[in-house]
Amino acid sequence: MTVVPTPQLTAKDFASDQEVRWCPGCGDYAILKAVHKTLADLGVSRENTVFVSGIGCSSRFPYYMSTFGFHTIHGRAPAIASGVKLANPGLDVWVISGDGDALSIGGNHTLHLLRRNLNMNLIVFNNEIYGLTKGQYSPTSRKGTKSPSTPQGSLDTPISAALFALGAGAHFVARSIDTAQPHLVQVLKRAHAHHGTSFVEVFQNCVVFNDGVFDEFTAKDVAADRQLHCEHGLPLLFGKDRQQGLRLKPGKLELEVVTLGKDGVTLDDILVHDEKNRLMANMLAALEAPEFPVALGVLYCNPAPTSYEDDVYAQVAAAGAPKSDINVLLRQGRTWTVQG
Amino acid sequence: MGLQTPSAPARETRDSVVIRFAGDSGDGMQVTGSQFTVETALAGNDLSTFPDFPAEIRAPAGTTFGVSAFQIRFGSQEVLTPGDDVDVLVAMNPAALKVNVKDLRAGGLVVLDTGAFSERNLVKAGYVRSPLDDDTLAPYTVLKLDITKQTLEAVKPHGLGQKDGLRSRNMWALGLMLWMYGRDKQATIDGLAKKFAKRPEIAAANISALNAGHAFGETAELGHDFTGYAVPRAAVPPGVYRTVNGADALALGLVAGLKKSGLERLFFSGYPITPASSLLHDMANLKPYGVVTFQAEDEIAAVCAAIGASYAGALGVTSSSGPGLALKTEAIGLAIATELPLVIVNSQRAGPSTGMPTKTEQSDLFQAVYGRNADAPLPVLASSTPADCFEVAIEAVRLATKYMTPVILLTDGFLANAAEPWRLPNVDDIAAFPVAKRTDPEGFHPFLRDPETLARVWAVPGTKGLEHRIGGIERSYDSGHISYDPANHQKMTDTRFAKVARIADDIPLQRVALGKDSGAVAVVGWGSTFGPIHEAVKELLAEGQAVAQIHVRYLNPFPKNLGELLGRFDHVLVPEMNAGQLVAMLRSTFLVPAESLSKVTGKPFKSAEVADATRARLEPR
Repeated sequence: MTVVPTPQLTAKDFASDQEVRWCPGCGDYAILKAVHKTLADLGVSRENTVFVSGIGCSSRFPYYMSTFGFHTIHGRAPAIASGVKLANPGLDVWVISGDGDALSIGGNHTLHLLRRNLNMNLIVFNNEIYGLTKGQYSPTSRKGTKSPSTPQGSLDTPISAALFALGAGAHFVARSIDTAQPHLVQVLKRAHAHHGTSFVEVFQNCVVFNDGVFDEFTAKDVAADRQLHCEHGLPLLFGKDRQQGLRLKPGKLELEVVTLGKDGVTLDDILVHDEKNRLMANMLAALEAPEFPVALGVLYCNPAPTSYEDDVYAQVAAAGAPKSDINVLLRQGRTWTVQG
Repeated sequence: MGLQTPSAPARETRDSVVIRFAGDSGDGMQVTGSQFTVETALAGNDLSTFPDFPAEIRAPAGTTFGVSAFQIRFGSQEVLTPGDDVDVLVAMNPAALKVNVKDLRAGGLVVLDTGAFSERNLVKAGYVRSPLDDDTLAPYTVLKLDITKQTLEAVKPHGLGQKDGLRSRNMWALGLMLWMYGRDKQATIDGLAKKFAKRPEIAAANISALNAGHAFGETAELGHDFTGYAVPRAAVPPGVYRTVNGADALALGLVAGLKKSGLERLFFSGYPITPASSLLHDMANLKPYGVVTFQAEDEIAAVCAAIGASYAGALGVTSSSGPGLALKTEAIGLAIATELPLVIVNSQRAGPSTGMPTKTEQSDLFQAVYGRNADAPLPVLASSTPADCFEVAIEAVRLATKYMTPVILLTDGFLANAAEPWRLPNVDDIAAFPVAKRTDPEGFHPFLRDPETLARVWAVPGTKGLEHRIGGIERSYDSGHISYDPANHQKMTDTRFAKVARIADDIPLQRVALGKDSGAVAVVGWGSTFGPIHEAVKELLAEGQAVAQIHVRYLNPFPKNLGELLGRFDHVLVPEMNAGQLVAMLRSTFLVPAESLSKVTGKPFKSAEVADATRARLEPR
């Protein structure tokens, strides 16, 4: 048998023939582009790749992919994707969701997908707003967000997607920004490489209902000073000249921003990112602008030995050799014969 | 088996007997009843059983709401219900007596443990004075036995404490009842030895108590009424039999259906809910037969995971009871819209909201047929007896895969728990229905349809060249792409209806279960009312009345001839354990003047109730 190598697919090959119908300028375009590029770089096949989404602007995503896609119902994508993966663990499964879909109506499913740890990727497009329903505040909206349903400002405390994921027992938590192309592609590749559920939060700008909500740390002029790009084994430095860094406050379990060379601070004082350290991941995920930089990149990656579907099929194997004789099955246990 | 010692007086022969074992939920009444069932089945009687247990796992001991009961009816004729009136009540404490004595027929026998009739237990049961001392039990024959004392004496040699020793009281009572009906006890002894293999002293104590109860019957002077009874074997068709309850039969039917479909895997997901959980438990033990089970985080996730599994090419199955079905509703709509196969089992229970979880009802018919947003048709089937659950499960799998549709299978708390002997079918005789998945990319789109069934193609991820997107948004009939076109939505809605309607061409015509296909009264039922209706109609036919039983398995779509068949009767009476759902469907579908016989007490119909209501429709002769 001759093996014909599959021609390497390009980013374009992962785009479907459907017209993309997001608002002009929506951050979703950039994420779509990054996913196309990621899949091309990974060299995966279209037929083995499945995108599952819920409801919301982001959840239109599968229609724009040339892979298999399932646009499901609001909040339930993690549950449906779990069934897909459990039925055929050989499939490469990606879940596309938004802040409302994954953290409000579907919060329970997100929680349980993460704690079960099926081997798939969950990308949450966080724009801190309900876009498709025309701009109501979402579970990640900051307190006081004025929206059609909260004309006097929202009252709820927002949830942090990354902290939620860590609390749910995720083994992989990462963050990126829609327009941060090379970074986002890198993060998605790391997510794909992780065996288990990979949780990726993408800060995504809603140009219509919440434009500029992340400008505080994404605007070009502040990005360098307000973004902390976490890389395993490297000191947590940021700033244009990478002169600022994070260290533990002496005698406290608390982070503080310090400047190299100031008050005797040297590189040795700066915390080194350990992506296997859950406590550190929690502290990084909790940093908020403007007092702190926003932590991006792989905050936490500590794979479990097996994924959930590995364990499910191990139990199936342990239950015994496959059987198919239903007549034998029916006659197990106590039977009696009535003679004719 | 059941042989008497040569010197024993002859046993009195009975055609049919109803025994109810009742005690505290900690008294082991379900085990006692199940063992009596096994011995009765082995003795060749036809039988039907029904457990009646409290919702509370461990209700306070001795209280009326902690009473657990198990009823068995067995006979030398066909037995289809656990019986209307109880002939023998075994009451292990005052609360069990109080709750159950009202179901005992006048002249019936009460066997009670006087040792449990302490002042304290009487108060807990709410008796102001002991029913042993007043005329409460005057209408009955009463056998007062100190079962407590007898048991403790029997287990004494095994060195158990009083508390452990008293746990064998049920076996003493079982031993007595086995003697009373001339049953063997070897299967019970073997079962006890196996169950307590790791605690031989417990096994020995239970066996001693069982033997002591049996010996007590044989040797004690119980009076002239107590020579014991004989219930001759029933004339049942030859074959290999076992007892089965509805949940077990459903599980077996689902794996048989999987096999007949030729699919590799059945994905079963559920969320714990009474009375549906036992199916999840059964399926979890069937992994070698291609089953993967998943206990989801909630009802919604359970149905969604099953839909995901079907999308990926497995047979998705989910199971719940009414409140859980309500939660699954939106996702079922997705399965209808995306035209994916899915089997949804609803073990119905009583009442809206939590209602009475352990009590039976069949009030989710409207929910199954109509209970979704928008026009969302799907096939609905109902099983009628525990053994019938096997066949209906296979049929649900066939329809789901052949027509690419979710199918709702209605069963209920009675069927899930009731047991009967089952003549085992030869599964090789059941027609296969191999499922073909699409593999050819030529001319493919995801909503290509079989011109005959209107089923869409099943194109699963992993198949090269068939990459496509589906979802809940309306899709073009011609391409499967998103479509908001008005004419297309009309066409797709019509197609979804037509697809389900065409199933009527693929199911058997409605037959009359009993009686002639025309006459004065057709008694029309569905689901677990089969037994009581059957017995009632049988009785009326024996009286020479022009009545018939029509039992509907296919509730959507109805069999093609059903309306015409109903038209051949002067009266159509529809007994249902709901406020009148099938009757409303029959009236609206066929414009027949069907009448409702409604019962919503959480208990099955008595055949006498059905017979009386039917008689009321007959012309006086």
